[in-house]
Amino acid sequence: MNLAAADRDGLRARYPDIFNRPASARLATPAMLLIAVGILVFGLVDLEFSPARLAAGLHQLGWITLMMLPPDPGSSLPLYLKALGETLSIALLGTTLAAVIALPVSLLAARNIVRSNILRFPVRRFLDSIRGVDTLIWALVWINVVGLGPFAGVLAIAVSDFGAFGKLFSEAIEAADQKQVEGIRASGGGALHEIRFGLIPQVLPVIAGQVLYFIESNTRSATIIGIVGAGGIGLQLAEQIRVLEWQKVSFLILMILIAVAAIDWISGKLRFAIIGRRAVA
Amino acid sequence: MTTAVSILPAQQLAVLNDAYRKAVGRKRLKGALAVAVFFAVMVVAAVGAEVNLRTLFTYFGNFVSYFDRIFTLEDGTRVWTNFGEWFWGWQKWLKMLGETILISYVGTLIGAVFALALNFFAAENTSPSPWLRFTVRRLLEFARTVPGIVFALIFVIAFGLGPMAGVLAIAIHSTGALGKQFAEIVENADMKPVEGVRSTGASWLSCMRFAVLPQVVAGYASYALLRFEINVREASVMGFVGAGGIGQELVVAVRKFYYSDVSAILVMIVLTVFCIDIGTGWLRGRLFGKETQT
Repeated sequence: MNLAAADRDGLRARYPDIFNRPASARLATPAMLLIAVGILVFGLVDLEFSPARLAAGLHQLGWITLMMLPPDPGSSLPLYLKALGETLSIALLGTTLAAVIALPVSLLAARNIVRSNILRFPVRRFLDSIRGVDTLIWALVWINVVGLGPFAGVLAIAVSDFGAFGKLFSEAIEAADQKQVEGIRASGGGALHEIRFGLIPQVLPVIAGQVLYFIESNTRSATIIGIVGAGGIGLQLAEQIRVLEWQKVSFLILMILIAVAAIDWISGKLRFAIIGRRAVA
Repeated sequence: MTTAVSILPAQQLAVLNDAYRKAVGRKRLKGALAVAVFFAVMVVAAVGAEVNLRTLFTYFGNFVSYFDRIFTLEDGTRVWTNFGEWFWGWQKWLKMLGETILISYVGTLIGAVFALALNFFAAENTSPSPWLRFTVRRLLEFARTVPGIVFALIFVIAFGLGPMAGVLAIAIHSTGALGKQFAEIVENADMKPVEGVRSTGASWLSCMRFAVLPQVVAGYASYALLRFEINVREASVMGFVGAGGIGQELVVAVRKFYYSDVSAILVMIVLTVFCIDIGTGWLRGRLFGKETQT
């Protein structure tokens, strides 16, 4: 330490970049932090945060947590199990439906299949707009169309995943190796042959992995679309929260956590089986 | 030019052909079995979800006409012929959208701060003790798995209606998601600087501050920006359960069949999400374009 201190001037002379940073570089980080904190404070004020409200709310929350223990389904366990089954069905069907519809559309959005920018652009923007709308909003729309119930949930998940899949699939297709496709063309195959025998075998494992991953994450989405009336366990959960049956609420949350963990585990296994351990998408 | 294709004697060929056919047959059988299982699962799921194709066919017209209706003004003309009438409530809606973005911003920032405080305990290489790591990991997992809107439902009862419940719900969910991602960055960090700092007699906290943090802070910011983007979407539906933001307006418009309002609000949401996506993408490129380590 004394060595360094004694040689301070020497160090300064040798490393001017570290000791004499320009003011703009030194001020950039604090300035950004200041702006970030400034917006935060503005937000806290604008969104009506107050220590008193926070304290009262936390007190209430502690009370609710105590009321939740122990989790207890009462006499509605069969009903909840059925609702959970419904949720899993919604996730599974919705994701599959989305994948089936998205596959042909994603071909239209892939650069190596549709060469024209003008044709590809509207397809991409269309997929983007679908993705910009949350699953819950789609659920609201579908309830207006097919009525309350899990079917609306299936369609909501299918539509919102259609947007996501279209993008992901088209990226997978763009990343595919062109050599196989050229090989098919060289042996006299048509455009459809190129896609069927050159592209599909390459992208199918990737796509299968993504679909499985989405089934996993859709189990989560499917639990919440019930809140707006689209079936599944979310419906039960929202109802029990509204009537303040906290023991049932905690039991339902527990059920959701276990179901999600189970699906995680199963789809993890399946994904490894399909695409191999080395390339988990 | 003739090409010589060496053909094996018939006996050997028969054996090989046989083996090949068997192998292909086994593969096909496996494939067929997988397809059969898949369809069986689908049928069970379809029954479980009360899928009714007749309903779909009967009401599919409704779906199309719904979009027809939401793009029609009350006087029967298309919405884009009269922007003033279509976006009649733009001042109110813009304000609600601002609130939505603010909810997402404050929630993300609070979540990021909590994640920052917790992630060193959750990372394999920096956690002071295994049981602490286990506890923090389970906590983060819980915060991440329970959907944000469920937290919002509960918080609305605890903290009262309003954006505060939405902010806290998003903050908790972000803590869970960011905590995990941050911990993963820390696990990939180089441990040599930590050894260097520790060899000078520094405490655990100083090790984290001076050896780990400088390596990971860019990755943190990048993930936090991504999370902000996701949270804007999430915040747009918080209003469905009374937790503030544009969702409130949307749900009222949908339930009361104010058709053109629905499309106007949806268009505004989609545009906002686009702008936020592009904005954060640009910012990430500006901030970390040159030095993306993660």
